[in-house]
Amino acid sequence: MKRYAIPLGIFAILLVFLGVGLRLKPQEVPSPFIGKPAPAFTLTRLDAADRTFSPQEMRGKVWLFNVWASWCTSCRAEHPVLVDFAKQATVPIVGLNYMDTRDEGGRWLDKFGNPYALSVFDADGKVGTDYGVYGVPETFVIDRQGKIRLKLTGPVTPEIIQKTLLPLIRELSHA
Amino acid sequence: MIPELGNLALILALCLAVLQGTLPLAGSLTGNARWVALARPVAVGQALFVTFAFAVLVHAFAVNDFSVAYVAANSNTALPLVYRITATWGGHEGSLLLWVQTLALWTIAVAAFSRQLPRATVARVLAVLGLVAIGFLCFMLFTSNPFDRALPAPPDGRDLNPLLQDVGMIVHPPLLYMGYVGFSVAFAFAIAALVGGQLDAAWARWARPWTLVAWTFLTLGIFLGSFWAYYELGWGGWWFWDAVENASFMPWLVGAALIHSLAVTEKRGAFRNWTVLLAILAFSLSLLGTFLVRSGVLTSVHAFASDPRRGLFILVFLAIVIGGSLALYAWRAPTIGLGGRFALFSRESLLLVNNVLLLVAAATVLLGTLYPLFLDALGGGKISVGPPYFETVFVPLMIPVLALIAVGPAVAWKSGSLRDVAVRLRPAALLAAVLGAAAFLVLHVTPAVALGLLLAAWTLIATAQHLVRNLLHAPRGTPLVARATRQGAAWWGMVVAHAGVGIFVIGVTLVKGTETADDVSLRVGATALAGDYLFKFESLEKIRASNYVGARGTFTVTRGGERVATLYPEKRFYTVQQMPTTEAAIDRGFARDLYVSLGELTKDGTWIVRVQHKPFMGWIWAGALVIAAGGLLAAIDRRYRTRRVPAADAARAAPDIAIPVPSPSRSA
Repeated sequence: MKRYAIPLGIFAILLVFLGVGLRLKPQEVPSPFIGKPAPAFTLTRLDAADRTFSPQEMRGKVWLFNVWASWCTSCRAEHPVLVDFAKQATVPIVGLNYMDTRDEGGRWLDKFGNPYALSVFDADGKVGTDYGVYGVPETFVIDRQGKIRLKLTGPVTPEIIQKTLLPLIRELSHA
Repeated sequence: MIPELGNLALILALCLAVLQGTLPLAGSLTGNARWVALARPVAVGQALFVTFAFAVLVHAFAVNDFSVAYVAANSNTALPLVYRITATWGGHEGSLLLWVQTLALWTIAVAAFSRQLPRATVARVLAVLGLVAIGFLCFMLFTSNPFDRALPAPPDGRDLNPLLQDVGMIVHPPLLYMGYVGFSVAFAFAIAALVGGQLDAAWARWARPWTLVAWTFLTLGIFLGSFWAYYELGWGGWWFWDAVENASFMPWLVGAALIHSLAVTEKRGAFRNWTVLLAILAFSLSLLGTFLVRSGVLTSVHAFASDPRRGLFILVFLAIVIGGSLALYAWRAPTIGLGGRFALFSRESLLLVNNVLLLVAAATVLLGTLYPLFLDALGGGKISVGPPYFETVFVPLMIPVLALIAVGPAVAWKSGSLRDVAVRLRPAALLAAVLGAAAFLVLHVTPAVALGLLLAAWTLIATAQHLVRNLLHAPRGTPLVARATRQGAAWWGMVVAHAGVGIFVIGVTLVKGTETADDVSLRVGATALAGDYLFKFESLEKIRASNYVGARGTFTVTRGGERVATLYPEKRFYTVQQMPTTEAAIDRGFARDLYVSLGELTKDGTWIVRVQHKPFMGWIWAGALVIAAGGLLAAIDRRYRTRRVPAADAARAAPDIAIPVPSPSRSA
């Protein structure tokens, strides 16, 4: 008798999650990394396997660190927004090509445009783990002293750029 | 004024749906013959009002009535008439109306083609369809009314999403919905059976053609969506494991399990609980898919406007429909009984394994689709689960499915002889193994590709063997036509659909394993290579149409100096929506597709061009179409259309209104 109720039980659990899911604001996730120095790393560049990049090189600049992957559908929605943002050239965006392949990643940028000053290639996701990346896309705002000031999960939208990113960047640039 | 008539029609449809969902059901339980008799006319009336509302919305699009907010948001005077009409289902509200319209069509079909069924059964089935209609009509009227006005009317509309301005997109949603919503009929039959306590071979025979037709539509709908993505999104990909794609794929998998389970219930009386559960699940997953797509809880390339109020409404609706039917199942299923017994090695047991595998496959897709949501709900953040997960988990599950697909038909019902089957299938197995090994050793494909080809060969050879064996197995001198028609259409459908699976697997394996793609920056006059095909960028010209401007490239493709094709990819810019689109150019062939798409124009005047050589791409589409043809063939089997009520059914049908509560002994 009881086993006939199992589907109902599973559905009830599913329903709770769907209900909670509805109330979530996808973008707002607190991060323990806020205010902390951005974890250091040295990775090869996506476009040139013989050249490397470290966040120290950005010292003195306000910059965005954007986690992306060619397999990530949300990144596709985000991408044109970043391309537009890069055209305004307020601050540089560095891309973290996360758990991808060099070919696929490069092809993706060729196809959809490249908003990044450069992208680094994180094949096994180790650097992503250091930055507490849950998934893709995520975007970090890093200040002149190399500290993480904001973390956004999910696609950046024009609204977020206008209401959150640009004011913060202005504030950080003048500080 | 006319849009208000549409609104009124929806309200009247809702009123009739309430009658349809309550009185016939109550009548069938209390033995009130008049209420039972109400089912057909009320259901048809409801469906006609919905159809009228749909026609009103189409009319509003056709005449550019931008005072209707939905029309203004999804159409434009520059849009060609055919797209203006199909823009009716280009947005959220219209999609819902199409959903309800599809339900109306199925309702009319059930009302028309159910004369041979007991009246009480028809009443219950139509009542369940009416209850589903209530939910969707309320959803539309209270949260997403397509007839809402935007006064004063804007001078022109915002235009239809350019990606949807395409023949594939005209037909894709209606077909998909015919599939989704079609499962509501199997669902209604299952609920009616649970309510009435009658679940037997006759029930399975009624439910089978409806399920087959719905599943066939769903197959075609998914096929078209994928076909569209292939040429319109400009990547050359055809399946992205996107949440919305998964939403249609899960009911498809469960629907496939249901078709097989229904066959067992009809032929052997077994698997009754399974069959009912699968019927409930197939429709539940269709509803869940609607929730996922329409509520915006998941981000997706199919980004639809999300509105928490809408999400909450569908969630409550899901809770009532799915929760209610699963509760009914938990309550009534124990009384249904298990049905015929079968040995460990029999067609039943193999079909049970097939059912479990398909259900597990659907569950893994569900898990992958909802995992980001689960993690988010538990405070774990937002993630995206991509093809790496699905390919790792889903593909291994399909290997045993493919291994068994050829075995099942060769095994006898009830109790099969393992030795006989092994002897019979040994040549096919050996031949498939030899072909797989040859592909590996001679053509130097990867082991994964060799395995895929081996399984496809196994499926095709064993299915062909099954076919030939059945044709030969007749008295000497029987004409071929008689031999062929000796087996019913359902059997032929099975053979065709299984062959389609083999064809599909060949396509997927070869495309995945051996395609070549290259992104190159090209000036006019330059060349690029994909496989051994040389693509030359001959020229570029400007194009202009009523609602877009753009560029069209001319590419000639040669192989070994010999001209193969001329391709014209386009880059369009839709002026109203300010949106660029890529129109890939494809030369389709029997053994390969050649694919060119124009990417971005770079600063130094070169174009990013994607050139691709995709071996056996057409086989993916052919496989899907053959599978659908198999489904259709099975659905038109004469046995399902017999007008006369068989004696056994008639005996059961007569006292039907007095609801016989089944005793376990009767079903044994």
